[in-house]
Amino acid sequence: MKKSLISNMSIAISAEDLTKQFDDFLAVDHINFQINRNEIFGFLGPNGAGKTTTMKMIQCVSPKTSGSLMVNGLDVEKDSRSVKNILGIVPQENNLDPDFSVLKNLLVYARYYNISKEEAERRALEQLDFLQLNEKKDTMIDKLSGGMKRRVILARALINKPRILILDEPTTGLDPQARHMIWDKILSLKKEGVTVVLTTHYMEEASQLCDRLVIMDLGKIIEEGSPQKLIQKHVGSHVVEVDNTPAVMKCLTEDGDKYEEFANRVHVFAAEPEELTSKLMKRCDFDKVTVRQASLEDVFLKLTKKVLRD
Amino acid sequence: MRNKDVFMKTIKINFIPQLLEPILYLFGIGYGLGFFVREIDGLPYVEFIAPALICISMMNSAFFESTFASFVRMYYQKTFDGIINTPLNIDEVIFGEILWASTKSMINASIILLVVSALQLVRLPESLLLIPLSFLVGLVFASIGMCFTSLVPKIEFFNYPIFLLITPMYLFSGTFFPMSILPEQIQTISLLIFPLAHAVNISRWLTTGIAYSSIALSLLWLVVVAVPLTILSINLMKKRLIV
Repeated sequence: MKKSLISNMSIAISAEDLTKQFDDFLAVDHINFQINRNEIFGFLGPNGAGKTTTMKMIQCVSPKTSGSLMVNGLDVEKDSRSVKNILGIVPQENNLDPDFSVLKNLLVYARYYNISKEEAERRALEQLDFLQLNEKKDTMIDKLSGGMKRRVILARALINKPRILILDEPTTGLDPQARHMIWDKILSLKKEGVTVVLTTHYMEEASQLCDRLVIMDLGKIIEEGSPQKLIQKHVGSHVVEVDNTPAVMKCLTEDGDKYEEFANRVHVFAAEPEELTSKLMKRCDFDKVTVRQASLEDVFLKLTKKVLRD
Repeated sequence: MRNKDVFMKTIKINFIPQLLEPILYLFGIGYGLGFFVREIDGLPYVEFIAPALICISMMNSAFFESTFASFVRMYYQKTFDGIINTPLNIDEVIFGEILWASTKSMINASIILLVVSALQLVRLPESLLLIPLSFLVGLVFASIGMCFTSLVPKIEFFNYPIFLLITPMYLFSGTFFPMSILPEQIQTISLLIFPLAHAVNISRWLTTGIAYSSIALSLLWLVVVAVPLTILSINLMKKRLIV
């Protein structure tokens, strides 16, 4: 690890032993991470893993219990105003102001950053244009679809030209078109030099966007790396899916293969899928075999167990 | 500390029903009941209640703004959550809310003052001092309201302060009859804990020249109460919102 050699200027956010204790439970449990400038960094994890709490501490709206958290070289507690000035936030919950139109929402928000009226109007129209919301600029918020609301929130988060953009489940509940539009926007922001931090439940989203990511569970970071590396490390290149029958299970246990067991299916991890499939098909009673590329979802399920938590 | 005034501007204005109410009271009770009551302490009844109605309007506009309206913005619309993601922090947002509620009190009081002036029910120019007074009274009621907003789990719970605090205050603050006809103890309690009693006392003095108790004391009471209440309400809201 050459972390110490990287100059501080290349680090956008760094956390050491960051902890958040609520009255009755430990939401974030001594986590450490470093987010480099100009990368897209993902926080993955089941519901209740501590992702949103971590985001809120970065946003300076939820005070940390202990540990250190620096954003852009500034302490979130001492310099919260300066930190908030360079952040753009897309919260998990829509909190657009229903009393205003789309454009007015952006303009009102711009005022909180002391952006002049003319400049705010110029930036707002530019963002709305980019996110194809121009025709909707005079529409009231509650007349918008879910996808449009998310895009307005993204536009609002960009009004202060943030250097770091925090996206808490930016595409949850959106249709594929809206999702791809948001992905495009995120990637083009990266090209402009913005650091992007996002939480998501969608493994496809994380694989497509993230340069690096961490997987959180029960308040701890349990794994970190690039999506490809994590897949290679935990799963291999391919997954062979078969029905979960006693004969199959017996076969797999005897051969010492690596697998994950589900209620109806078994996922066998394989570097050489053809070999494994033919080998197993000759010897065991395999029915309905599917071979596919390994994905981040396999890593996620393997590491966070398959227990439904809520 | 900037931007607070900016914040206030952003909350839209809708107060016509609130304005109609005191004017209806003025005609309904002032002229209606006034037909039987004629005068109190040498004052025509409608002139007696005119300043009280202005004060009730100050109370209602500030209190309802910092309870129901603020609660909706905080709880249902998540407006505060949005704003504290910007360089503004929660103290400023809440202080902005309180200032806005006080401003609303001032706007409402000014308009009613215009009506009662047109009807020649108040003396001028002394009554113009009601305008700054309405901001102070608004501040007191807005802070009280904000304290409740920080405590209620659900919006329905505002019924408690309204029926247990606002309604008795509305009746027993020397509004529709002089406090001197009330039992001694109630008078004392009124003057000790009801901001409205002091607001009415000062207002009636401004509009008619008659003082029922010390004006200086009433003013002092309002000022002394306004500051700690404002600070308390901001701290209570911080406690609720910063987790």
